Amino acid sequence: MKLDNSTTLEEAETAKPSLWQRVSVFFEDIYNVYRFILRFFKEAFLPPYEFKEFIRQCYEVGYRSFPLITLTGFITGIVFTKQSRPSLSEFGATSWLPSLVSIAIFRALAPLVTALIGAGKVGSSIGAELASMKVTEQIDAMEVSATKPFKFLVCMRVLATTVSIPILVMYTAFVSMIGAYLNVSQNEGTSISAFFQDAFEPISFLDFNTSLIKSIVFGFTIGMVGCYQGFNSSKGTEGVGKAANSAVVLGMFLVFVEEIVIVQISGFFRV
Amino acid sequence: MEKQKADIDKSKAVIDIKGLEKSFGDYDVLRGIDLKVYQGENVVVLGRSGTGKSVLIKIISGLLKPDAGTVNVLGEDVNSLNSKELEQLRLRIGFSFQNSALYDSMTVRGNLEFPLVRNQRKLTKAEVNKEVETVLDAVGLLQTINQMPSELSGGQRKRIGIARTLILKPEIMLYDEPTAGLDPITCIEINHLINEVQKNYHTSSIIITHDLTCAKETGDRVAMLLDGKFERTGTFEEVFNTDDERVKTFYNYNFIQ
Ligand SMILES: Nc1ncnc2c1ncn2[C@@H]1O[C@H](COP(=O)(O)OP(=O)(O)OP(=O)(O)O)[C@@H](O)[C@H]1O
Ligand SMILES: [Mg+2]
Repeated sequence: MKLDNSTTLEEAETAKPSLWQRVSVFFEDIYNVYRFILRFFKEAFLPPYEFKEFIRQCYEVGYRSFPLITLTGFITGIVFTKQSRPSLSEFGATSWLPSLVSIAIFRALAPLVTALIGAGKVGSSIGAELASMKVTEQIDAMEVSATKPFKFLVCMRVLATTVSIPILVMYTAFVSMIGAYLNVSQNEGTSISAFFQDAFEPISFLDFNTSLIKSIVFGFTIGMVGCYQGFNSSKGTEGVGKAANSAVVLGMFLVFVEEIVIVQISGFFRV
Repeated sequence: MEKQKADIDKSKAVIDIKGLEKSFGDYDVLRGIDLKVYQGENVVVLGRSGTGKSVLIKIISGLLKPDAGTVNVLGEDVNSLNSKELEQLRLRIGFSFQNSALYDSMTVRGNLEFPLVRNQRKLTKAEVNKEVETVLDAVGLLQTINQMPSELSGGQRKRIGIARTLILKPEIMLYDEPTAGLDPITCIEINHLINEVQKNYHTSSIIITHDLTCAKETGDRVAMLLDGKFERTGTFEEVFNTDDERVKTFYNYNFIQ
């Protein structure tokens, strides 16, 4: 047997995509994502409606992330309060604790924590589910029986995450505040009514709106990324794992990017 | 059990394919396919793994686009249809997938209802139930109605897959390897089912298979896909009465000689 290393190396070199190829693939991807999103808006709001499937998907989103969100939200509330105390007590300002914590939770922590958990639990399972339907030709089977798989599978999931994530964000904020209250009442002996009065005082209408818009965008992103990765996964079983994985990675990445952008925009209104 | 003579109308081609070509990358899968399927006829497509049999019927149902050639199905040119027209055409074509492709998040009932309620919105609940039970009865699996696909055997899944396409009363059936991976007795049942469907639902069919018994039992005509072309078409006897090594190997393997 002749071992000829030089040619195999050369072959490997030519097999690598050139920079130009990579750039064009990148822009092709962007174009495909754009078409995918456009298709969502075209199909999602036209009859026939898949109301039952929408409710089922909302339930799935809530059911999947509920326990983890409860735990994480609660712990976030406690830990954040605990960690903020020392720096405030240096100025003898521990009475500001409720308002400080509530600003942090409502503006940043609750949406972010919920979205990250959503991307991990919901985004990945949407990606894996659709990818395995693709691999086993279930999506093709829907296609050939004229049952509009894009609408049934993609639109309903994206709508479900867009609606459910904001609700979950409110729930997370609520649980975190409970955690914060327990910690404050234990250390400062504040009563529940005094705590929540202090806590809600600094929350403005703008804060509420920004958080709401943020959570809607996060929900939409998580659903969209999961569906896109699943619906366009390559055939074969490794496609399923890849779709689930990239749904999480890309979902989390986009959530952070959107967080920054939305905070910047809302800053303009906060004169 | 010999196949009864089917009622074939040779003057009317329900599928008419001319000069069909399809490649994936550098690999030319189909290289000039011509095929006619007449009204009421079962045409069996034989060929080795990877010769593009599944690709062929995916092109017929518009799931894949051909590189060249025309595909005329029930008088419509599949590739010039817009998405609405394609949907209308697809309702008249039943596609039984190689691996059944049952929706595994739904029960058997859910699987069967899925295409029906989405395409015939005026049906009442009772009418839907009746249709579901009728096709399940036709494939002999009424007892599985509330089971999940994961609880069914391979042969049962195949039959539910066929039932799911029958529920829309298609004029053309495309079977992708209906007997692959099944035991001989189940194979005989499936062959019988295919002939029953042809007779009772008045369908014309393309049946893809490697199984020559299935080909012989169900096919009115056989077409053999070799190197991307239909090299031999005709009755079962005509196709296999040859000295071509490739065809003979196929035959010998199936009927140990
Ligand atoms: N979507 C696709 N993308 C790329 N290549 C494909 C695609 N579909 C099929 N092929 C290739 O086309 C060839 C024919 O595939 P096809 O599934 O039609 O084979 P087949 O004749 O049905 O084989 P089998 O009997 O094993 O089912 C294969 O080599 C396959 O790799
Ligand atoms: Mg095949």
